[in-house]
Amino acid sequence: MVIWEVASRLSTVPTFMFPGVLQVLETLFNGIINGQITGAIFQSIGRLLVGFTIAVIVGLILGYLIWRYKLVDDTLGFLVVALQSIPSIVWLPLAIVWFGLGETAILFVVTIGATWTMTMNTTSGFKNVPTLYQRVARTYGSSGFHLLRTVIIPASIPQIISGLRLAWAFSWRALMAGELLGAGGGLGHLLETGRSLGQMDLVISVMIIIAIIGTIMDNVVFTRLEKNVQKKWGLS
Amino acid sequence: MYLTLDGVEKKFQSNTNNEVKVLDDISFEVEKGQFVSIVGPSGCGKSTLLYLVSGLEKASKGKIEISGEQVTKPGPDRVVVFQEDGLFPWLNVLDNVTYGLLLKKMPKKEAEAKATEMLKLVHLSNYADSYPHQLSGGMKHRVAIARALVMDPDILLMDEPFAALDEQTRMALHNELLEIWRKTKVTVLFVTHNIREAVLLSQKIIVMATRPGKIKATYHVQTTQDGYTPDSVTLDLEQKILATLEEEMEKVLKEELGDDYNFKKSDIHRDTNGDMGSGI
Repeated sequence: MVIWEVASRLSTVPTFMFPGVLQVLETLFNGIINGQITGAIFQSIGRLLVGFTIAVIVGLILGYLIWRYKLVDDTLGFLVVALQSIPSIVWLPLAIVWFGLGETAILFVVTIGATWTMTMNTTSGFKNVPTLYQRVARTYGSSGFHLLRTVIIPASIPQIISGLRLAWAFSWRALMAGELLGAGGGLGHLLETGRSLGQMDLVISVMIIIAIIGTIMDNVVFTRLEKNVQKKWGLS
Repeated sequence: MYLTLDGVEKKFQSNTNNEVKVLDDISFEVEKGQFVSIVGPSGCGKSTLLYLVSGLEKASKGKIEISGEQVTKPGPDRVVVFQEDGLFPWLNVLDNVTYGLLLKKMPKKEAEAKATEMLKLVHLSNYADSYPHQLSGGMKHRVAIARALVMDPDILLMDEPFAALDEQTRMALHNELLEIWRKTKVTVLFVTHNIREAVLLSQKIIVMATRPGKIKATYHVQTTQDGYTPDSVTLDLEQKILATLEEEMEKVLKEELGDDYNFKKSDIHRDTNGDMGSGI
């Protein structure tokens, strides 16, 4: 940070292009106080939660169908792998044409970005449930939905959690890209504002916020979830 | 007769689309409350036979009946104890044991009371709140047995349940199993490759031949009045069963190790010094 500050002061580049640490922190602080950054954070997270939730639900359902029916596996299963390799932002032009440049288009990109990973993780989680557990449950008379609820889902929880984690990361990236290009506020849009106003201090502030939120979600929420499961299962 | 198998045959589809006959014309009967073991070399289909009785697999031919009713699907009246304990790692010991009871729509309170009692029988009542990974191998198997017994099954099917355990634990569990069997009078069908185990535990022993699996011989174990078997009887029977199995074992080993392998060593006595035992 000292090197950053010194480099900024000494360099011949104008400060609006390469602001120093102190200036960035000041903008960050002011942005949080006057609500410019805080508002954007809430807007972005709100969108993310909606898109992420939809993606998780759709992913679980698709994952179940692929696991359960061979025909779905042969058709949709392959398609999902193909779709997963498309970066989600590629969907934006299509989304803009379908839904117009706005909330729905961004939500669509966020959801699409997370759905396929979630689907793939759910499928492989379900497929990797040891036959032994299923046999045990069946000898006790479990079948159908009961088997799914009491054995298949609990047994694939570790894989589902890592699916959630990946899905979160994918939708977070999709959200930023979507907001950057699309309209309607949020952190990504604030970045774009910063660029057009030539306020690199604002741009860097937003980047810091993005990094902080990403780290918090990954380290606090998902790592803790994973650790809890591992402890309960005796894996760690 | 209680459990009847009549001309049971099982074929599997192999990779090359050939049908492999695993079991051929298996017929035997088990009386209620009897402890029957099935011994045989590896790959003789003894586990498959157990799965057929449990209903997890379907027979290609023949009939399996329990008190006159044909077996079509798995059910809680025929509970299986598997080679691995198969406890659900996401449930604690008590929840593992009540799993089947709750499936039978038993009220939670009643199920827990019953499970606690059964855990006492296997000496694990202090571990009701533990998770499976916190238990030793032997303890896990005892939980698995408790989970099966708590269902009051008509038949307890055991698929080499003690094969993965060390000798001491296995011996302790043998005694516990016999005690439980005497107390509950449950019918047991016990699959093992361990001849001694079979002789120690059971009243009737079915010896299987391999490829395809067939019944080679049936032995009845003479028990004394108190239910214990004297050593002389078990040793004699062990020798007999071993002799019956020798030929089968050689067949398996030859297939796995090549044709020049000989299971039996040369018949002429030779001691390790190379002389004939008297300094010649």
